[in-house]
Amino acid sequence: MSEALINTVLLSLLACITIGIVRTRNLFGVVVLSGIYSLLIASVMMVLDAVDVAMTEASVGAGMSTVLLLGTLYLTKGHEMKAFKPPLLPLFVAIGVGAMLVYGTIDLPPFGAADQPVNQHVGPDYLARSKPETGIPNVVTSVLASYRGFDTLGETTVVFTAGIGILMLLRRRRKKDDTLREGEK
Amino acid sequence: MRLDAILRIVTKMLIPFMLIFALYVHFHGDFSPGGGFQAGVVIAAAVVFHALVFGLYPTQKIVPPRLVTLMMPAGVIIYAGVGFLTLYLGENFLDYDVLSHNHHPEKPNYHAQERGVLWVEVGVLTTVAGTMISIFYAFAGRGKGEDKTK
Repeated sequence: MSEALINTVLLSLLACITIGIVRTRNLFGVVVLSGIYSLLIASVMMVLDAVDVAMTEASVGAGMSTVLLLGTLYLTKGHEMKAFKPPLLPLFVAIGVGAMLVYGTIDLPPFGAADQPVNQHVGPDYLARSKPETGIPNVVTSVLASYRGFDTLGETTVVFTAGIGILMLLRRRRKKDDTLREGEK
Repeated sequence: MRLDAILRIVTKMLIPFMLIFALYVHFHGDFSPGGGFQAGVVIAAAVVFHALVFGLYPTQKIVPPRLVTLMMPAGVIIYAGVGFLTLYLGENFLDYDVLSHNHHPEKPNYHAQERGVLWVEVGVLTTVAGTMISIFYAFAGRGKGEDKTK
């Protein structure tokens, strides 16, 4: 009962903040609101007992992204331009896709139903085997780093590659500026 | 006189605790939520926090951009290195059971599992912290104040 209440409050707050993000023209406000959005998502994850995901969302979504967005804001203007025409087509697409997604959720089994394939396949197997095989109490860690260590190696490589991509994009300009400056001398 | 004395002193007091918390999240990841990724982000957050209060240049003196850029591939190399080490010791890639002296092919080896997970997570931490700080440096280093550094 109390979980349903908490979920209702969190999800209505999420909806309010989304409307706020769409309607606010001041980009500083938008950045702050998106930070709050991430924090609420982290709380939703807490309610769902996904503490590891909640921790990641709170630190990356509410912490680092907010700082990076503020850094970007420093380089651009602080106000969103007004649209030239009312965005009717995007609105139609958004409502259509949203309605389809809601329609899709009607057929989903209730959350956490034990007789569903998602809760009967590898999940119980990991839960039963993790402690005797690896001795690690936190099953998330044992699955992430031991059973699926190869996946996590790929994930780390993805983080590395993404970082390199951003550095190549952002640092090239500075080099060019330097050569320009030397050319001016 | 600077008016942000409280902010500066509180920052200086908080950053050691943030770093200790990051280490806790990392080393206690076997038992409680968290792990290398989260610890890496917390370390990056501590550095970013320092840069926000004291400015980019003093932070880059403590945590040089070169070091941060080197951390990005270093983490992947540590992670893959653990894999190649287990391969060298005669097991499958990233099969940690062999990483301890009392290895027995039939029995589970808790000590070796924890050791393997820990080092793999060190790799994740290094790459994530390096990438986050690099991206922050790249963003903060651009922009209006850029000419002063040259």
